[in-house]
Amino acid sequence: MTTKLMGTPVQRVEDQRFLRGHGRYVDDVAVDERTLHAAVVRSPHAHARIVDIDVSAVLDLEGVHAVWTYDDLAGLATPMAEPLPLLIPHPALTHGRTQYALARAEVNYVGEAVAFVVADDRYVAEDAVGLVRVDYEVLPPVVGIDRARAADHLVHDDVPGNVGARMEQKTGDVEAALAAAPHRLQLDLTVERSACMPMEGRGTVARWDPDTHRLQVWSSTQTSTGVRAAVAVKLGLDLGQVDVITPDVGGGFGVKINHPWPEELLVPLAARTLGRTVKFTEDRREHFISSAHERGQVQHIEVGFDDEGRLLALDVEFWHDHGAYTPYGLIVPIITSTQLLGPYKPQVYRVRFESLYTNTVIVTPYRGAGRPQGCYAMERTMDAIADFLDRDRAEVRAANFIQPDEFPFDQGLVFQDGRELEYDSGDYPASLEKLKALVGWDDFPAYQAEMAAAGRRVGIGLACYVEGTGVGPYEGAHVHIETSGKVKVATGLTTQGQGHATVFAQLVADELGVRMEDVEVVTGDTRRMPYAVGTFASRAAVMSGSAIHLAAKRAKEKALRIAAEALEVDERDLEIVDGVVSVKGSPGTSIDLGTVSVLSNPLRYAFDEASKAATQFSVGDPGRPPVAEGDEPGLEGKDFYSPERATFASGMHAVIVETDPLTAEIRILKYAVVHDCGHLINPMIVEGQIHGGVAQGVGGALYERMAYDESGQLLNASFMDFLMPYVTEIPDGIDIDHLETPSPLNPLGIKGAGEAGVIPSAAVFAAAIEDAERVALPDLTITAMPISPSELHALRQRHPQPRPHRQERS
Amino acid sequence: MSDTRHDVRLSVNGVGHDVSVPARRLLSDALRHDLGLTGTHVGCEHGVCGACTVLLDGRPVRACLMLAVSAVGCEITTVEGLARDDGSLGPVQQAFAECHGLQCGFCTPGFLTTITAGLADNPTPTHEECRDMIAGNLCRCTGYQNIVRAVERAAELIAEEGEAS
Ligand code: FES
Ligand code: FES
Repeated sequence: MTTKLMGTPVQRVEDQRFLRGHGRYVDDVAVDERTLHAAVVRSPHAHARIVDIDVSAVLDLEGVHAVWTYDDLAGLATPMAEPLPLLIPHPALTHGRTQYALARAEVNYVGEAVAFVVADDRYVAEDAVGLVRVDYEVLPPVVGIDRARAADHLVHDDVPGNVGARMEQKTGDVEAALAAAPHRLQLDLTVERSACMPMEGRGTVARWDPDTHRLQVWSSTQTSTGVRAAVAVKLGLDLGQVDVITPDVGGGFGVKINHPWPEELLVPLAARTLGRTVKFTEDRREHFISSAHERGQVQHIEVGFDDEGRLLALDVEFWHDHGAYTPYGLIVPIITSTQLLGPYKPQVYRVRFESLYTNTVIVTPYRGAGRPQGCYAMERTMDAIADFLDRDRAEVRAANFIQPDEFPFDQGLVFQDGRELEYDSGDYPASLEKLKALVGWDDFPAYQAEMAAAGRRVGIGLACYVEGTGVGPYEGAHVHIETSGKVKVATGLTTQGQGHATVFAQLVADELGVRMEDVEVVTGDTRRMPYAVGTFASRAAVMSGSAIHLAAKRAKEKALRIAAEALEVDERDLEIVDGVVSVKGSPGTSIDLGTVSVLSNPLRYAFDEASKAATQFSVGDPGRPPVAEGDEPGLEGKDFYSPERATFASGMHAVIVETDPLTAEIRILKYAVVHDCGHLINPMIVEGQIHGGVAQGVGGALYERMAYDESGQLLNASFMDFLMPYVTEIPDGIDIDHLETPSPLNPLGIKGAGEAGVIPSAAVFAAAIEDAERVALPDLTITAMPISPSELHALRQRHPQPRPHRQERS
Repeated sequence: MSDTRHDVRLSVNGVGHDVSVPARRLLSDALRHDLGLTGTHVGCEHGVCGACTVLLDGRPVRACLMLAVSAVGCEITTVEGLARDDGSLGPVQQAFAECHGLQCGFCTPGFLTTITAGLADNPTPTHEECRDMIAGNLCRCTGYQNIVRAVERAAELIAEEGEAS
């Protein structure tokens, strides 16, 4: 038997081209003098009415081919002038609004697209952007959750109170449960905005073929099928006329799941209108002001608990800043409101939120997608309870864990996919034990005291999360064994660095019994797999991995059936090893998969030596049709995977930090992760995902924020001012331990791993920094994240201060 | 406002290219769009991310902060020039493959060129020096852990080669 590749750290096959500079990212497509380049005129105001747009100066500029404004879109026969789609409608989203591809009468954030210029190159296109004159009547902007709630001004005139949605879920009478609880606390917390910030921004290339009346689009997206559907509708084309190819993508982290971006429609429109290939490549400033952000929330928590710290009542209210429009619906706040519960089982839970408009960049999922905020709310609460009861923080958590014998565990809520929030499997007590051992939890107090004696402040924090991964509706896969014996695999979701070409090839090699080097995987190409959803919510391995496994199984079944006929043996006696089908125990009786593929396709015409064997005069029973009823020619397998509900991965992080008593600098001494994503396909890749998530979490907890001023200008829209971590900010070494509780929901027992690393960061750093500071300032409490040295310094200055959680009655 | 073009010869990876570029054309754009060497990536165009790093006479520079016309007379090395003559991966590339030093691969060319120059300067870096060597490049995917390992591994590979030859 070939050794199983599942579970082994196979080196990545895609690296070869990346390492040689031969990757093909969207801006590398159509590098040709004839390709035209687009640039966008963007609003300089956060809130304004457009009085007039004058493009006359642009048209005289040599090298400019066309300029579009809203009025030009309105003149088209297609729905280009309608608002962009609201991708995920929800009954609670009573006031959903989306922008136009080009602003119609009003702009609602700095960076909103107002006009679109196409020119010979990007330099000329940017010259042209500078010549477009737009007269604005500036309106009062609404910036920040407080201003949005105050509603002195409205973002959209027809949205009262700036409230896009109000939603509530509950599992019982929380007020009664609170009143009956022996102890109660309240917390008020805030989290700032950050953003995905992939190193490659957005980009789209389109080419219209006038001979075949087809449009080919390359886009740096997380959903090629979504972009295809949107482009076809907006341009008035049949789906069959549009191909969308996702080339190599330089990181996504969520932002590229939103679609269609204005440019994703305007580039194809321009290509079709001008009959030329057109390219748009977003620059970094544009990415800051015209893509998407996330994370901004204000939270109020009331909790009732017993002497052990067990949650008797948890009542959470939060306000979510969704920016100027709601193309992605309520996904982020719904995830916060449900995943907040983590591994715990409060007796009664109620959550209410308002999703609010502000005159800032839109909010769509960023890795973690609302979970980091939920985890922060829950874990700050756990820390507060432990502090109040003077109990060990790990102990209080353990007292609230769902136990291993309680799965499947129904939390009694509706999740982001409209299904019940039912956890499939997990072992939280075991995770906690592993984490305590990994970070040295029990020994830490002695170390802390020793350091304190030397005048140093060190602190430890831990945070736990549960993450619903692999949400539906489905993914599919197609496996084709060619007559050469090579295996071509296609799945429709896209890849942004997760190593899908490697892990999916591992699965196929295992299931089919072929060499991994003979397997080639294509993702995100609608020509190869037109039915797909996309890459988000840590779903690729679970969804496409399962679909690929099932498709490979089908191809194998067919291969065995044909081989059994050819070898005149029972197919149960056959095995496939290294691409050769043979009788178990007598390897002499064999046929290779390439030949089986030849036999699977009865031919009229021979085109090479191998195919001669499949022509009508060589094979087949003259008494039967060449392709049996119910059969198909070709050695292929196709299948779809559509689970009833998400599978729930989990994990726990701990961090030890040191804070400088003078400078308030925060140094990370140790970072430990225990991670449970079920069975691992490739542990090397899973650890890489964790490393990356932790780094983004460090950035989000200590450095990154979107610094909007009150007029709605983003003051730090560059890598100089938005402090994304370099290696110098990231811990030197991340200790990782795995637990593998398989999911019963899919054939491989896997759970998603992509987002996990980032979820507990705000929570775990708040806890550790607070613990370190309390060495000297016993009342210091952290309620706002991220926390920079200057903010920590300010917090020290305000000390002593009342704790934000106050006891009401004991 | 049409741009005056300048006929210049750029020497990249040992090959001379005659191009006609406006004075304002960035070296990064000239490499990518005029020469079709798209391995050099652009992540910020303001000199912070390091994705566009190329070697100019062996020294790392940010191609987005330099005009193409000012690279005349220099030998430019891009990521496409880091493989060996026989087509196999150079030591830094090899180390990245072994250590899983890349995910999306967008930042990778800038790391590879930077580390190539760094190890030429200091072939036996300490762990701290390995971290320092990459401290000017941004990566959003890897959390840098495996990139640091790759620097150490590349140094090892280079040392092994030195012993073998
Ligand atoms: S693109 Fe040159 S440093 Fe970022
Ligand atoms: S590997 Fe994606 S940015 Fe570094």
